[in-house]
Amino acid sequence: MIDAFHLARAQFGFTVAFHIMFPAFSIGLASYLMVLEGLWLRTGRQVYLDLFRYWAKIFSIGFAMGVVSGLVMSYQFGTNWSNYSAKAGAVIGPVMAYEVLTAFFLEAGFLGVMLFGMKRVGRKLHFFSTCMVAGGTILSAFWILSVNSWMQTPAGFGVAADGKMFPTNYWQVIFNPSVFVRVPHMMLASYLVVAFIVGAVGAFHMLRGHSTPAVRTMFSMAMWMAAIVTPMQIAMGDIHGLNTLEYQPMKVAAMEGDWEPSGPNGAPLILFGIPNMATQHTDYKIEIPHASSLILTHSWNGRVPGLNEVPAADRPYAPVVFWTFRVMVGLGFLMFGLGLFSLFARWRGTLFSNRLLHRAVFIMAPAPLIAMLCGWMTTEIGRQPYTVYGVLRTIDSVSPIGLPGIATSLAVFAVVYFAVFGAGIMVIIRMMAKPPVVGELSVDPNKPIRTAGIHPGLAGAVPPGMGGASLLPAE
Amino acid sequence: MSTETIISIWAGLIAFAVLAYVVLDGFDLGVGILFAAERGSEDRDTMVNTIAPMWDGNETWLVLGGAGLMAAFPLAYSIIMPALYPTVLGMLFGLIFRGVAFELRFRAHSERGRRGWDMSFFCGSVLAAFCQGLTLGGLLQGIHVVDGQYAGGWFDWLTPFTILCGVAVVVGYAWLGACWLVWRTDESLQVRARKQAAALGWVMLALIIVVSLWTPLLNPNFMRRWFHWPGILLTSPVPLLVGLLAVVFHFGIVRRHHLTPFLCALAIFALCFAGLGISFYPLIVPPDITIWAAAAPRSSQVFILIGAVVLIPVILIYSGFSYWVFRGKVQAGEHYH
Ligand code: HDD
Ligand code: HEM
Ligand code: HEM
Repeated sequence: MIDAFHLARAQFGFTVAFHIMFPAFSIGLASYLMVLEGLWLRTGRQVYLDLFRYWAKIFSIGFAMGVVSGLVMSYQFGTNWSNYSAKAGAVIGPVMAYEVLTAFFLEAGFLGVMLFGMKRVGRKLHFFSTCMVAGGTILSAFWILSVNSWMQTPAGFGVAADGKMFPTNYWQVIFNPSVFVRVPHMMLASYLVVAFIVGAVGAFHMLRGHSTPAVRTMFSMAMWMAAIVTPMQIAMGDIHGLNTLEYQPMKVAAMEGDWEPSGPNGAPLILFGIPNMATQHTDYKIEIPHASSLILTHSWNGRVPGLNEVPAADRPYAPVVFWTFRVMVGLGFLMFGLGLFSLFARWRGTLFSNRLLHRAVFIMAPAPLIAMLCGWMTTEIGRQPYTVYGVLRTIDSVSPIGLPGIATSLAVFAVVYFAVFGAGIMVIIRMMAKPPVVGELSVDPNKPIRTAGIHPGLAGAVPPGMGGASLLPAE
Repeated sequence: MSTETIISIWAGLIAFAVLAYVVLDGFDLGVGILFAAERGSEDRDTMVNTIAPMWDGNETWLVLGGAGLMAAFPLAYSIIMPALYPTVLGMLFGLIFRGVAFELRFRAHSERGRRGWDMSFFCGSVLAAFCQGLTLGGLLQGIHVVDGQYAGGWFDWLTPFTILCGVAVVVGYAWLGACWLVWRTDESLQVRARKQAAALGWVMLALIIVVSLWTPLLNPNFMRRWFHWPGILLTSPVPLLVGLLAVVFHFGIVRRHHLTPFLCALAIFALCFAGLGISFYPLIVPPDITIWAAAAPRSSQVFILIGAVVLIPVILIYSGFSYWVFRGKVQAGEHYH
């Protein structure tokens, strides 16, 4: 089944999956940086400033990778999905343009000041810049998720005779039926991603015997986030499921592995099984009676849909949807358990000494990232065979580009992404492997020493308004 | 407002976004291209530090161009991207190599790693600039469309004309970058940048002349615009002004002004762009798709126009603020990192 169409999908899935890891990290970390700087301004405690500087350096790399991988995404709508763009562009294009105007420029405009301008503007203005960057990432998530939600649950549009969609009500396009479940679920996912990474870095340094105040502070903050946000995420996931049941029943059927709609006795929850698209049956099932009805309809015998309700050509590929969904939910509960563990340790006063906790947190670092990717795959593959659910099929969305072209570009994408972003991720990991130090410089003391003319103490230490570093003594 | 007016405003806005992108990212891609001439680590650090706080904002204009085109002229977007697939992807790959190198070259642990990222910065900048030139050339020479879809072959875009455009853009960006460095650096780096700016300026002028003479031959519509009475009244000031600015540029260089060469370079870019606009209007995908045919429904255009009218001035203000914060000469050793 290797044809241009499937490769175009693979290419889009690959590039967007790479992209989303960086935004998730940037969204969560930008908010964390805002909190750190706010705490520093409020309490004047050095640890917060140290942590701010430590994570800001890491942020700058993650952000750069988010920007360039995102640039690719915004052009892929044209290169890979030109028919989709021609047909739906008039509806979603403006929403994406609003994202650029309100969010991307905001992030970009204040990023320079936030990263490099500590000495050039006053504290208040600097904090303002940090808030603008954080706000920009949240706004950007809102807009793009609005677009994605519209593709899942389209509203506020009409279809002309030539198949082109046109907007009838922008309010409904933007605030379509699933946007208010998708945005919070994804925002919480981003916060979890960062909570677990920050926590794991703290745990790592404590395991290595660097239990400094900064390390303890970040670990403690991260564990609060993990303990509070995970249950919120599970609740949000439940609400999300109800929404999906209402608007995308076939996706829920695939997530549940149900072929026949449930009868008067409600539907069991299939814990384990392998949906088989050919025999239209889920093999090796392990079931809990009534549980599926209970979860999805909050009643004992509620009706749950089945894949056989629609023709085979209209069904998503269930095995992937079924399993990615289980991985996400499973990891969600594992994280919840870890949150409880941290609360217990905190209560016993062993938060900073319980090595088992530290090991567990360290190992769980990638869990939210994996859960997030699995969640997206559930969402996107569960939407198949449509790009705009129920309206436009994926096969009618693709660009008229031949197999050799797509195959070449996919190969290049794979090589470039793994090489370039792989190297970037390695650098981030290396930076995280060093503990934050007291009086953390905005300059990295370990980078290659530049030859002449360096005065690290004076670096950038120019009062605002002096116009450059003219105070630096000439060599 | 009539639908025609709105469509024209949109065409203008997208042209503005592209121009903003070309001049802004132009100088910072140019700084990357000039890595070829500056070998010293410290000079390279200084060069990168002149643009480190603003490159992301500069690149955002490219995103606006793409999103704006999709929103306001979806048909054009859906034809141009597949038709110029290789050059667009080439540009994106270039920008990836470059964008990542910005941060990572400062984090390399060994001299070799650092050289590697410098190489990635340089090659990415050249590739992105060259592919932008190819894309421009490919668009100018026309795209084969049947039933609103791209109907040409793989390498339709590859012609001597597009290669010339590619080279012209690389040279042009390097020239902008050199002028930027004249403004933002001092001492020996500035002296060398001034020499580069002077030399590149002449090459650029020659390339502008060749491209300008070649373009009208590509399409009778372009020819009519440029050489027929009374259109010539509108078009003739463009080359005259370019000539005038070239003279001012020359004096700026000779008299060692800091800012004049950069301003002249910007103005020359803007004029060339205006020249392109004159050739194009009202086409959006030559040879035959006009902005009227490619436009999104009125309601889409109005919806986003409202936002654009309010937000673009705000964006210009805070982007200007960011430039203001980082004004002044960037010195060796003044690292932001
Ligand atoms: C939930 C959030 C989210 C999702 C689902 C996406 N993005 Fe993204 N994107 C962001 C959140 C984000 C961000 C947080 O705003 C980024 C990431 C890091 C960054 O630098 O900004 C970003 C960067 C970013 C950029 C660079 C912006 C700049 O120059 O500052 C572009 C062009 C896109 N994205 C486009 C897309 C497209 C076309 C997507 C869909 C296919 C997409 N993003 C999915
Ligand atoms: C950011 C996290 C996202 C991830 C990880 C993700 C993942 C995927 C995957 C795996 C596919 C391939 C599905 C398949 O072909 O079976 C896909 C398809 C697609 N997604 Fe997403 N997606 C994300 C966000 C978005 C957003 C925000 C949008 C739109 C604004 C979007 C638009 C599309 C489109 C147009 C396709 C192609 C058509 C298709 O194959 O369905 N995606 N995505
Ligand atoms: C444990 C309880 C969880 C439940 C019940 C749950 C439920 C859901 C549901 C029903 C969907 C919707 C699929 C669709 O209809 O499109 C979804 C999507 C998603 N989930 Fe979860 N989820 C849980 C945990 C998590 C965790 C821990 C993360 C990440 C840290 C996560 C990240 C995502 C993402 C990124 C999406 C796709 C985006 C979206 O549609 O909002 N989920 N989840």
